[in-house]
Amino acid sequence: MATTEQHVEEHHHTSTGLDNKKMAMWAFLGSECLLFGALISAYLLYRKRGPGKHPADLYDIPFTSVSSFVLLMSSLTMVLALSGIQRGDGRRLRVWLVATAVLGMTFIAGQVYEFTTFVKEGMSLTSNAGASAFFVLTGFHGTHVSIGIIMLLSLVGLSLAGKLPAERSLAVELAGLYWHFVDIVWIVIFTVVYLVPS
Amino acid sequence: MAIAQRENLPATSLFRRPSATTGVWSWITTVDHKRIGILYGVTSFVFFILGGIEALLLRLQLAAPDGKVLDADLYNQLFTMHGTTMIFLVVMPMSAAFFNFFIPLMIGARDVAFPRLNAFSYWVFLLGGIFLYSSFFLGGFPDGGWFGYAPLSTESYGALPNAASRMDFWALGLQILGIASLVASVNFVTTIINMRAPGMSFMRMPVFVWMTLVVNFLLLFAMPVIAVALFQVMFDRFFGTGFFDVAMGGDPVLWQHMFWLFGHPEVYILILPAMGIVSEILPTFSRKPLFGYPFVVFSGIAIGFMGWGVWAHHMFAVGLGPVANSAFALSTMFIAVPTGVKIFNWLGTLWGGRIRFKTPMLFSLGFVAMFVIGGLSGVTHALVPHDAQQTDTYYIVAHFHYVLFGGAIFGLFAGMYYWWPKVFGRLLGERLGKLHFWLMLIGFNLTFGPMHILGLQGMARRYYRYRAEDGFTAWNFIATVGSFIIALSILVFLVNVALAHRKPKTASADPWDGRTLEWTIPSPPPEYNFAEIPTVHAVDDFWHRKYAEDKSGRAQPVPAGGSEEAESGHDGHGIHMPSPSYFPLVAALGLPLIGYGLIYQWAIAAVGAMMTLVGLYGWALEPSTEPEPAQHESTSSRVAD
Repeated sequence: MATTEQHVEEHHHTSTGLDNKKMAMWAFLGSECLLFGALISAYLLYRKRGPGKHPADLYDIPFTSVSSFVLLMSSLTMVLALSGIQRGDGRRLRVWLVATAVLGMTFIAGQVYEFTTFVKEGMSLTSNAGASAFFVLTGFHGTHVSIGIIMLLSLVGLSLAGKLPAERSLAVELAGLYWHFVDIVWIVIFTVVYLVPS
Repeated sequence: MAIAQRENLPATSLFRRPSATTGVWSWITTVDHKRIGILYGVTSFVFFILGGIEALLLRLQLAAPDGKVLDADLYNQLFTMHGTTMIFLVVMPMSAAFFNFFIPLMIGARDVAFPRLNAFSYWVFLLGGIFLYSSFFLGGFPDGGWFGYAPLSTESYGALPNAASRMDFWALGLQILGIASLVASVNFVTTIINMRAPGMSFMRMPVFVWMTLVVNFLLLFAMPVIAVALFQVMFDRFFGTGFFDVAMGGDPVLWQHMFWLFGHPEVYILILPAMGIVSEILPTFSRKPLFGYPFVVFSGIAIGFMGWGVWAHHMFAVGLGPVANSAFALSTMFIAVPTGVKIFNWLGTLWGGRIRFKTPMLFSLGFVAMFVIGGLSGVTHALVPHDAQQTDTYYIVAHFHYVLFGGAIFGLFAGMYYWWPKVFGRLLGERLGKLHFWLMLIGFNLTFGPMHILGLQGMARRYYRYRAEDGFTAWNFIATVGSFIIALSILVFLVNVALAHRKPKTASADPWDGRTLEWTIPSPPPEYNFAEIPTVHAVDDFWHRKYAEDKSGRAQPVPAGGSEEAESGHDGHGIHMPSPSYFPLVAALGLPLIGYGLIYQWAIAAVGAMMTLVGLYGWALEPSTEPEPAQHESTSSRVAD
């Protein structure tokens, strides 16, 4: 929804001076905090409950550390993409958007690998409440990353079609806000869910 | 109008853009906040009638001992749908009707921040409601109660073919309706914070705008919590996860925590809009400013915060232990304080005012009186030992109907009578309006007053039948009579509406001698609302343009002020409004398909997802307003105005 209300805005002053779309994105991200808050709470409540293997028995911390690092680096490339469009350099914008998307996909690939490993070791979505809460929490995060990747690739497409001039850098900035938010949520999940000893 | 010019433009996106300005198609593609407000209002009123019919059937069944109108199964379905309908399909969207129509007018804006998102949220609401009600034709209404406690919601009670359950419709329907609320809340938070007219600082906003802002923040933070809870139910149902399955280590009490962590703020989501409406009406008909404006505002904000700290008072009977129960008992008693502050402010507004008992005023006074009763019985539940006796009895039923019917519905009717002339340019009849009010007040008290006694006598909620020797007969009969008097009052309202709409549009811009910006523009307002965006200098700015205080503090008319300027002509030339669009509807149509797909056949869900995606991409790629025609065509297209 990058280019939606562009035309109206050109004529419109806002009371706070902050762009409407940016305000809406902040409001939406505030709402998302509660979404992940509820999912993380459910996991913390359930992590040791029920029969069979629990997520904490199977974590591969070194592996997840690497994939977390990959995801955090994607925030850096996202910033570089924004700086690209703000300088009016479409090529740089696209290079760094693609880099961000590739880092995101690497993270998702790591998650797929992690999930399949867990299932092979005998812990699936339906093993116990702890496993259910773990898969749903990290699955929701993975879905968010995937939606972010679609956004980034859509921006690349727009840029290739010449529909993303420097004046529209806001679209990239909004995608960036979302992307950084998803990264920050992962820091919380990695810390609270994986690292804090149960 | 700008719309006519577009006929000549080449189609820039997938389809030709919709350009109809009248007829059904113009309503389907509209992005005008006023039309969307009317759509919200009409749709929620239809659901109000459906929910009312369900209530009447329940009351008929309970009118006498050994009722034979309904069997237990149908009774379960009807009380579940009555609660779900009245909360999610009536009070919330009817409040949204007022937000949509009046927030831009009251803050001096031409539209909401995101007009197409606004249309999207309406269509999602409508389709979510239809999805929920379609269950009736596919195996029966949901039957696990409007709070969907596990395991009533997670196991296949009310099983349908294909291993589905009626509660699938409930969980998915609420999930869809939640999307409508969430996007609307993002829209209104942005609109109110960002689109206020010059000079309208936060402390100059009308109280209704303030309450709307608080409500939309509550929605913003409450909807994701219920979304997660519903996702957990859906995962338990569709994929066999163990969130609420004790054998797998799950805990049904988690559902209750999450449901009420959403559900208690929800109570304030339902009542704060009505409080805002009443805070506009009482000053107008007392011809005095609202007493203690900052107190009304800050108590509303306080309620918004404190509403998050009281959820477990719905769960005193669960056995959370004395510490938790005491903490939530205290917080529940405290939240009565900001509510009480508001009541005193309303009384202070009336005090010494020159009161006109018009219909909107009567409904507002009814609101204050009934809400006080509901509030007081609410405080009695805060005492844990009391609650242990009262919980799940008719005493609770009486309490929340006094709050949500005596409060929210009375407040919403007050708003309807007050703003009807602004919306449609026609005044509703006073005599029928007063008849409506008195019938509703009497019927309401006859219905829900006796339920306090029934509850204390020990009649449990959700009984579908009782015996003569239980001693519940007389009060139940009175309650049933009362419920039919309420139904009669609603018929009177519908007659009033029908009669008013046979008359021409004659309402003036300012029929009540109002105080806020919406009364400065013609009734009904033009598409662009304000020909010139107003500049605001004070709370109740319009009132100050009309009246000045003399030495004794009485309001005296200012010569040549006020409403004459309201009617000043402007043909709207050069004002560009967002263009109509198909895409909000296309994107919304996918969501119920995803719902049916999850219940019946995954292929349908894939089609729905594709549809939503197409809608969203089309939406994102189409500009919200067509470019200025002058850029493409000669200036001759201007003549098409």
